[in-house]
Amino acid sequence: MFGRTTISVRGIGHHTVDAVWRLGYASRFLGLTLGHSGACLRRFRLVIREIYYAGVLSLIIILVSGLFVGMVLGFQGYHTLQTYGSESALGILVALSLVRELGPVISALLFASRAGSAMTAEIGLMKATEQLSAMEMMAVDPIARVIAPRFWAGVISMPLLAAMFSAMGVFGGYLVGVVLIGVDEGSFWSQMQAAVDVREDVLNGIIKSFVFGIAVTWIALFEGYDAPPTAEGVSGATTRTVVTSSLVILGLDFLLTAFMFRGV
Amino acid sequence: MERATLDLWVGLFVMAGIGAVLVLALKVGNLSTFSVGDSYAIYAHFDNVGGLKPRAPIKSAGVVVGRVADIQFDNERFTARVGMTMDNRYRFPRDTTASILTSGLLGEQYIGLDGGGDSVMLKEGETLKLTQSAVVLEKMISQFLYNKAAEGGPSK
Repeated sequence: MFGRTTISVRGIGHHTVDAVWRLGYASRFLGLTLGHSGACLRRFRLVIREIYYAGVLSLIIILVSGLFVGMVLGFQGYHTLQTYGSESALGILVALSLVRELGPVISALLFASRAGSAMTAEIGLMKATEQLSAMEMMAVDPIARVIAPRFWAGVISMPLLAAMFSAMGVFGGYLVGVVLIGVDEGSFWSQMQAAVDVREDVLNGIIKSFVFGIAVTWIALFEGYDAPPTAEGVSGATTRTVVTSSLVILGLDFLLTAFMFRGV
Repeated sequence: MERATLDLWVGLFVMAGIGAVLVLALKVGNLSTFSVGDSYAIYAHFDNVGGLKPRAPIKSAGVVVGRVADIQFDNERFTARVGMTMDNRYRFPRDTTASILTSGLLGEQYIGLDGGGDSVMLKEGETLKLTQSAVVLEKMISQFLYNKAAEGGPSK
């Protein structure tokens, strides 16, 4: 009995030490990435290539999801608002929920599963096939050559993708609300413009997506770099990327929302 | 992939992203609110501000002429001191009345300004003398009930 308690307490200690160690390792990894990004920003071609893979190839899923989320918001919002006879406020509902929350959060979740998992798998496989070691042998720093360009590509792509998601969502809400259901077009746009503040809402949404971009890319790159060099290790790391970054996105979103929209 | 194609796609991507930000700023939000540079501050004391919030609009004849900057409690006069940032294009006489109004039955509250007849205009930092507080629905209803009771009382 006593032995079992000791073992379980030891287990907790082991996990805690392990988690703290990994966090420290990940922070040092981020520090190294930032330290080596000068070189990759000078060779911007590398970043452009990665923006293509992380950003451009994620466009379809982001735009389609944005459109559908906006259209569903249009239906659901109309359904609730018409009970109070205020369906002209549909524009406010669609725009505010997209710009403040859904745009940054859903596009970050999609980005983590579309681009983040790909990054982890790519880097994990590079490590498993010893391409990273080969680079080191040739005196090429893999962090400067492989990690840093992907990091900056993710950080640049994420706010752009989130903005496109929100714009597409507003268009979807317009399609359903105005074109399909027949909410007055003038009040849809004018109420939206009166309620959405550029600094309070749009800019805060962009800041959110920027933070999510840093978090997702950091997690994806670290998991790939840290993956055990086996087939199993890479698959486990890819799964962890999606799970961890989704949880981190939601946690960060709560914190950022609490700071930004405390309510005056 | 060929370099030129790659550049083209990334260029299109970045342009679409910036376009989306512009759409959000101009079409969804409203960037045409005046900047801080061309504005002046005036103040007003209200007995009760009701649900007035910072950044609420200040309207005169239905046109937005400024925004509420801050709301503080004045511990000497026991009233609410509301700071207002006014658009420099609009000037108001010194005997302007400020009242807290509600847009619609359940809408947000805003400050309505009614210009007076004074020839001297309000300057930066001045305080409005004439104000009208927010209507508190509970007070109005209780007053109404009280009046009704007073009317109907003797006949019973």
